[in-house]
Amino acid sequence: MRTVLWAFGLLVLLFLLLPILVVIPLSFSAGSFLTYPLPGLSLRWYDAFFASDFWLPALRNSLVVGTASAALATLFGVPAAFGLWQKRVPGRRLILAVILAPMAVPAIVVAVALLLAFGPRGLANTFTGLILAHAMLGVPFVVITVLASLARFEPVLLRAASACGAGPWRGFFRICLPRIMPGVAAGAVFAFATSLDETVVVLFLAGPAQRTLPRQMFSGLNDEISLAIMAAATLMVLLSALLLGAVAWLRRPVR
Amino acid sequence: MRRRQIMGAAGAAALALPGTAARAQQRDLTVVSWGGAYQEAQREVYFRPWMAARNQRLLEETWDGSVGVLRARIQSGANTWDVVQVESEELLIGGEEGLFERLDWNAIGGRDNYIPQAVSDFGVGAILYSFVLAWDRERVREAPRGWADFFDTARIPGKRGLRKGPKTTLEIALLADGVAPAEVYRVLGTASGVDRAFRKLDSIRGDLAWWERGSQPPQWLATGEVALTNAYNGRIAAANAGDGRNFGIGWNQNLYTLDSWVIMRGSPNRQRALDFLAFVGQAQVQAQLPPKIPYGVTATGANALIPREVLQQLPTAPQNAAAALQIDDKFWLDNLDRLNQRFNAWVSR
Amino acid sequence: MTSRRTALLLIAPLLVGLLVGFVAPIGAFLWRAIADDEVAAVLPRTLAALRGWDGATPPDGAFVALAEDLREARAQDAATGAGGIARAAARLNAEWPGMRSLLPATGRRVTTPGEERAKILSASAEWDTGAPWRAIRSAGGPFTAYRLLATLDLRRDAAGDIVPTPEEQRIWRGILLRTLWISLSATLLCLLLGYPLAWLIATAPARAQPWLLGAVLLPFWTSLIVRTAAWMVLLQKEGIVNAALLRLGLLDAPLPLLMNRFAVLVAMVHILLPFMVLPIAAALRSMDPALPRAAASLGAGRLRIFLRVLLPLSLPGVGAGCLLVFIQALGFYVTPALLGGPNDQMLAWFIGFHANRLVDWGMAAALSVLLLGAVALVIGLYGRLVGFDRVRTA
Repeated sequence: MRTVLWAFGLLVLLFLLLPILVVIPLSFSAGSFLTYPLPGLSLRWYDAFFASDFWLPALRNSLVVGTASAALATLFGVPAAFGLWQKRVPGRRLILAVILAPMAVPAIVVAVALLLAFGPRGLANTFTGLILAHAMLGVPFVVITVLASLARFEPVLLRAASACGAGPWRGFFRICLPRIMPGVAAGAVFAFATSLDETVVVLFLAGPAQRTLPRQMFSGLNDEISLAIMAAATLMVLLSALLLGAVAWLRRPVR
Repeated sequence: MRRRQIMGAAGAAALALPGTAARAQQRDLTVVSWGGAYQEAQREVYFRPWMAARNQRLLEETWDGSVGVLRARIQSGANTWDVVQVESEELLIGGEEGLFERLDWNAIGGRDNYIPQAVSDFGVGAILYSFVLAWDRERVREAPRGWADFFDTARIPGKRGLRKGPKTTLEIALLADGVAPAEVYRVLGTASGVDRAFRKLDSIRGDLAWWERGSQPPQWLATGEVALTNAYNGRIAAANAGDGRNFGIGWNQNLYTLDSWVIMRGSPNRQRALDFLAFVGQAQVQAQLPPKIPYGVTATGANALIPREVLQQLPTAPQNAAAALQIDDKFWLDNLDRLNQRFNAWVSR
Repeated sequence: MTSRRTALLLIAPLLVGLLVGFVAPIGAFLWRAIADDEVAAVLPRTLAALRGWDGATPPDGAFVALAEDLREARAQDAATGAGGIARAAARLNAEWPGMRSLLPATGRRVTTPGEERAKILSASAEWDTGAPWRAIRSAGGPFTAYRLLATLDLRRDAAGDIVPTPEEQRIWRGILLRTLWISLSATLLCLLLGYPLAWLIATAPARAQPWLLGAVLLPFWTSLIVRTAAWMVLLQKEGIVNAALLRLGLLDAPLPLLMNRFAVLVAMVHILLPFMVLPIAAALRSMDPALPRAAASLGAGRLRIFLRVLLPLSLPGVGAGCLLVFIQALGFYVTPALLGGPNDQMLAWFIGFHANRLVDWGMAAALSVLLLGAVALVIGLYGRLVGFDRVRTA
């Protein structure tokens, strides 16, 4: 029974991992075919990646949009989470529903709605518009993660601080924030990863100057699958692994 | 104290954001073409030389047609495209609907600088090309003779690629059904003619694969995804020349037409766009395109600069033009939206 | 300052930002599903001339009004690119098929004043019948249910009764069912593959657990577009899967694995599987390990323990997993677009198609209402059956 479970479980894991792992060696191929066996190893597709007019700007745009939207989401999300942590807020459920809505509304609906709202206001095809959109998509992750951290925080510490004469702001920044900092950072990483992964809204809302990696990959896949795309994919897997590592490290049990 | 700092930081961020928006308004010239091997050739012959000559950046986009895309860009207020290469009926529809700027012919060398077909109020001809029947000689031994063979899955088994949309698809269906080229648009103008075309398509519905981008047909032939396909003549020739493929091109019953450059309405880069069009309108610049991808060009005198063996491969070569049906842009101006709707309902079921 | 006010002040910036930047745009977009202003914007004189008309022979004044309206609209379109005639024509086509081409074609005939009636009739003799005029009148606004009805393949007939649309135009119910079916299949397949894996993770030795979990988390964090690209490479005609099957002698000729339902489902299951595994694993791990032992000591067999103790306790995780997978699957756009053929596209693709290609934002909005309705229904049902307090994700 146990062996059957292990065999089946490992097969499923293989199904999860193999497609990603299979692609990585391909990007080091010396040939140009998308299959094995490799005719030899080379870095030519990475050269193509870095020499192209498209990929490097796309990488830069992804990092810029990801960082800015994560910062914005954190800036607005952390105070909101702190506010929501106080259970007696009127209309808490409704507020939470609004804040979490960007997670549940299908991306295509968000994309078209924002295109029509941003277009006449000159925000479509701008970094500002894209960053705002991604910040809204990332903010639920910040709020959820920070709320989870706050759940482990003892409110009695804040009362103690206020008894010692510290105002609410001082109490938050000196007592609470340091303790929930890993949660805040993990939330920011989640928001960054959301932006990095996002394809549909970018497809509708970004102009050629704002093309991100997923957008460039989408048009590349539509146009012609080349191994340069696999080089980009490999870099994105690497980036994802780094982010995963960062979150794992932030959420490690602290003793 | 701290509170003020936070407010200050938030305020600074809020101020910085509109700043980026303002900068984005002065954007680089954005040129939109059809991707793949064709856009690569344009990049080498047009885009990079223009950037080098003017010391300016040019952004590229790729699209796959449909006047709706142009409408959506203008009407949503979210347009960033400056120069777009459009098909002949898109030129007519867009001109009528005000999607394009009226072309200042004096700024691009004057009307006499171009062959007559290339001249219109809103666009200047870019290339002359044909939709042809293509196959891989390595896989399909017996060459198809025309579109009738395309529908004969017993003679040549395997999937067939067609361009997703009514234009070219319906013409091909009627040609295959035995309608004479000169009669195609008259028949397609009647309800029973349209039904006839769709009935013909229904006969091999399960074997049809629909491409949207010009780069797909040569890829599908190369991987054996389809046995026969409708394709742009230049992409097939480019795959033979560049990737060492052995694709066949059937010029019999080819569908001949022309693409044009237009400038999108309200483009803030109008002057630069005209300068770009003037640059790519020079005969000696245009003459470098056909050797890379065999499409006909539009500047008068360009053909004199093109090698003979390249001229033979163009849709305009006499033996190729003789077997062609010219796509009727007036017909599609009147009927595109209607047949699009019918086609979309048919294809997505 | 009370703590309640402080709390509200802290929440306010985000809440206001989301109301303005998210809720309002979506509301305004969905509103277009019932707004009916395309025709009124372009043909105001014609609508005025048709007021009080009996619906039989078209009144003479209407021809002059139509010509004036079309002349003005053409000038307006040419000057601004607003595309008013094209949009009005698309709207009218829903009332009377043929208008999509007829209205712009008629506009091309009446570019100069005079002889309006003859010029209009030269575009089509149909203008001499009541039908096109009745279409204009009934599309006069300001609200319409026709798009919402159309998404269910329904329409109003001349008498105002709701009837099914003609056979050859019926596509939306099929697409809705297809969307639900693909999402449901993906959810069930994820459950089938995910439950045993979650079980394995929850019961594995502590040493192995981080590795197993990591193997689920890496794909989970990998971008959707990367995973879709991977499947495109794997499933190509001359791709890795076909090559492997050929080499193993399982196939004589490569199979067409791309551009079909199979490719879409495989990739969707691959992308969504972690959303199933993680909540179930979390639910199983938070279970008291003494429970199955207690049951065993009371003489229960393995199957019985599983069915009566473990399964019920893991149900909240199963519910959360199914919810997450199903509502995400409903909105899939990129993966079917890249891996599927034309009849594997889901609702989301058609929303994009109507917004981007057909410039029919009203229909895009109506389809969005349908999609959002499905999502809300599932979430609501879940709230009723399971409740949100018990959702825990890893």
